[in-house]
Amino acid sequence: MTEHESPASRFAPAAVGVATIVIVFAIVEAMIRAGWINRFIVPLPSAVLASFGRVIAEENVLHRTLFTGAEALAAGILIAIFGGALGVLLTRKRVLRLATETWVAAIAASPLVLIYPLFLVMFGRNALTIVMIGFAAGLPPVILKTVEGLSGTRRVLIDVGRSFKLTAAQEFWKIRFPAALPTIFVGLRLGIMFALINIVGVEFLINFGGLGQLVNELAERYDLPAMYAAITFVVLVSVAFFLVTERVERWLATR
Amino acid sequence: MSAVLEVHDLVKRFGDGPEMITAVDRVSFDVAPGEVLAIIGPSGCGKSTLFNVIGGLIDQYEGSVVVEGETVSGPHAAIGMVFQEESTFPWRTVEENVAFPLEIAGVAREERMRRAREYVALVGLAGFERHHPAQLSGGMRQRVAIARTLASKPKILLMDEPFAALDEQTRFLLGDKVLQIQQQLAQTTLLVTHNIGEAVQLADRVVVMSYRPGRVKRIVQIALPRPRTSEAAASAEFGRYVAEIWSDLRDEASRGMQDDETHSLRRA
Repeated sequence: MTEHESPASRFAPAAVGVATIVIVFAIVEAMIRAGWINRFIVPLPSAVLASFGRVIAEENVLHRTLFTGAEALAAGILIAIFGGALGVLLTRKRVLRLATETWVAAIAASPLVLIYPLFLVMFGRNALTIVMIGFAAGLPPVILKTVEGLSGTRRVLIDVGRSFKLTAAQEFWKIRFPAALPTIFVGLRLGIMFALINIVGVEFLINFGGLGQLVNELAERYDLPAMYAAITFVVLVSVAFFLVTERVERWLATR
Repeated sequence: MSAVLEVHDLVKRFGDGPEMITAVDRVSFDVAPGEVLAIIGPSGCGKSTLFNVIGGLIDQYEGSVVVEGETVSGPHAAIGMVFQEESTFPWRTVEENVAFPLEIAGVAREERMRRAREYVALVGLAGFERHHPAQLSGGMRQRVAIARTLASKPKILLMDEPFAALDEQTRFLLGDKVLQIQQQLAQTTLLVTHNIGEAVQLADRVVVMSYRPGRVKRIVQIALPRPRTSEAAASAEFGRYVAEIWSDLRDEASRGMQDDETHSLRRA
């Protein structure tokens, strides 16, 4: 019944992923060298690769990555706490849910980053503003997915709980919550992604903080290879959060 | 011997006014200790309503459900339910699923896992303790659900078409497994089914229900010898019982079918 994977097949997806990136970069490199893509807009991938050492040594990119990562982590924790709690509330109070669900979905689709001046007025030009914008942007998907997960628990699982005379709290923690976890974590991953996009965007706009500010500075200097290298670190932060949430989900599912 | 479970004049209605439907009407029967009683009837005879009322998942009915002389309402520790739908918890391993009722009862982890493994072995799933339901077949998952219910040591095992989603051969084999467990534990069992072969294979008595409103039409004593296996299906007596029950059910099933067709025409 179990599938025993060979080491080769276990690493195959990662190998295919890396190979795909290498091939795409090689194609882009060839297109730029052939003059099909303007090298003043898109730098050579080889130049981007060569600039990594410079970005790490001269631009303090690791510290900036940690700064942006910490902002995203703070926003992520707030999103998980408030998004989860609001999701539970909307699941329990049908009237509230019907009254607000469309609005929450509308907020999820709106470019909240554009109202950054309002946040600047409220919190000042500091990390708190950036975290709060990330929090506001990432909150809706967690609320929506928590509602979807909790209200989508299969009836028969609830009946199993009732047949064993579970209390309301036991029913929630032993059945509804673990059954909803995969859906909630889809929302959490989306929320953190939205938060990270907005965090980097606001850092860029207000020229403050971590990777967004660095990308802004490098763009101002027209150092395109270094700018793309800095963007790569944004992707790495995103990947790190994806892996962490995956681990947390697995850990919670076995509690 | 006094009955473990008695159902007296049970009436359950749904809806109000002209839309009101009587799902079960003055249903009475009892189940003796160690007995397997099957309730059979066509779709719409109120089998599932009976299952839910006896299991305590539906309230507001007339009549009474009595367990060992005590009238019960709501879910009761003496009654363990096995559902028709797949009901294992996908996030738990097989042994964690089976240990669930012991966890709720506050049994220490080591002890409950030890007891869970005993029930896993009882349903023939030794070696699969650490597997998740997604790694098992439908029949194996249903055995996990049965083991989980048995782990709560119910006086009455209440099963609602537990093999409905399985193919015929798996159904027979699982029937054998249930017979073996039932005989080993002398487990009083109430089986709700629409499958005549399954009812004859497993039961000591079969309650034949009429189509809506569900009433007890007849109770058939199954005198096939015990210990019993699915090989009994090849015997002439088995065939006679199947034919006898079918002759009772045929008219009811036809009424149900006509009713469905009339409703479909009205909707069209």
